[in-house]
Amino acid sequence: MSELADLLTYYNVIFLLKGMATTFALSALGCILGGLFGTALAVARLTTGPLTLPLRALALVFTEFFRRVPFLVTLMLCFFIFQFSGLDVSTFTVGCVTVVLIGTAFLAEIVRAGLQSVHPNQWHAAETMNFTLLQTIRYVVLPQAWTVILPPAFGFFILFIKDSALASQIGVIELTYVGKVFNNRGFSAGVSFGVILVAYFMLSYPLSRLGAKLEKKLGSSRTR
Amino acid sequence: MAHLELDNISAAYGKLRVLDGIDISVGSGETVGLIGPSGSGKSTILRVLTGLLKPEAGQVRVGGEPINFDKPAEIRRLRDRAAIVFQQYNLFQNLTVLENVMIAPTKVRGRKPRDVRPEAEHLLAKVGLADKINSYPDQLSGGQQQRVAIARGLCLKPEILLLDEVTAALDPELVSEVLDTIRGLAEDGMTMLIVSHEMGFIREISARVAFMADGKVVELGSPAQIFDAPEKERTRDFVGKILRH
Ligand SMILES: Nc1ncnc2c1ncn2[C@@H]1O[C@H](COP(=O)(O)OP(=O)(O)OP(=O)(O)O)[C@@H](O)[C@H]1O
Ligand SMILES: [Mg+2]
Repeated sequence: MSELADLLTYYNVIFLLKGMATTFALSALGCILGGLFGTALAVARLTTGPLTLPLRALALVFTEFFRRVPFLVTLMLCFFIFQFSGLDVSTFTVGCVTVVLIGTAFLAEIVRAGLQSVHPNQWHAAETMNFTLLQTIRYVVLPQAWTVILPPAFGFFILFIKDSALASQIGVIELTYVGKVFNNRGFSAGVSFGVILVAYFMLSYPLSRLGAKLEKKLGSSRTR
Repeated sequence: MAHLELDNISAAYGKLRVLDGIDISVGSGETVGLIGPSGSGKSTILRVLTGLLKPEAGQVRVGGEPINFDKPAEIRRLRDRAAIVFQQYNLFQNLTVLENVMIAPTKVRGRKPRDVRPEAEHLLAKVGLADKINSYPDQLSGGQQQRVAIARGLCLKPEILLLDEVTAALDPELVSEVLDTIRGLAEDGMTMLIVSHEMGFIREISARVAFMADGKVVELGSPAQIFDAPEKERTRDFVGKILRH
């Protein structure tokens, strides 16, 4: 216990909080921007006609590629591409780009599956009343798809918080990195990573609560 | 002049030819019944007429104007003029009865909710659902849902109404309320193409009846001709079997 007290000095706590903020920022960015871009990709894949064929192809390739490549490989890829391009960006920026790429790919697939879970007759009815694709999705399909989209999406968010630890591999000072630093400074692995564990829990617990709440709320409303 | 004409229409799902040179015309304010065995292509005709399936050959004309199915704008125009009510009522499950009826006029046509609402309420009252406007589709019986679907189609002020077996999914005791609704529309002079297995109803309401088999119109004539004195063997078989039921 006294070791824990030793660890929790003012400067270490600030350091820990910064790591937590970084992990939070990476995860939030991956989930929010990934959710937006992912939804856009999912919609792009539903377009029809020759004009949007390149868009569909691009969306398909992007989604399938980044879902299959390991997180660490995508991270390294981004890291080296930025190095080669000569752009002087921080490792944090590289981490951000990586999480957005990955979040987009995974959430695109989750959203696509959700949209497709809505019965075709709902799509056809909207189509024969001249709804555009976006109107159909907004007014008819998405409200019915939430119950299918939310559970896997929140499951993904929570995994994602943990996966963002890989950004420490390129030197982003997020939570896991902070744990390693504590450990290197001579604190025992148990205490160093115990503190980190609690911090991860503090980030992911409210999120899973939010997910459960939203599911309950949307599940009880009219989503068939 | 014919309000709606199908001129030598052929259509296929992939390689499967489902419609083969269909000629049907519906006059203004006329009701034409479409009957035939399962799989003969009746629903497919309505899918073509609502732009869900592009014909391979032939021409569809509305008010004499041919529709070019390669032009999205023309398909949209076609859908503005002809509304369809499906066999499986297809109400939007996430919206109330009133919202189901109002959504297309307001969101798609851009009309003001305050203008559409009285019309929607009037139509729902007309189909006997004034007290259900705030219910959700899954809180209604099949017959009630079907009548909402009809009101939803009518709120778009179509010139032509296409009905696909609107009573097929219903329990027998719910059929008559929907048929009454359609009867009222015929009296109001709506141009209608009705697919149905309710032979008694088709006979009563249609000015002319088309009998289809294997993607072709085998015989087209007055209800008296089709049901009492069919000229074609095929029609006689079908009608005989149905009426003997
Ligand atoms: N989406 C589809 N894809 C492929 N084939 C289809 C599709 N829909 C219908 N068919 C086929 O097209 C043919 C005509 O179908 P259609 O639904 O027009 O028949 P129908 O006369 O309406 O029959 P029913 O009285 O059973 O409703 C059938 O052989 C059917 O199997
Ligand atoms: Mg059918």
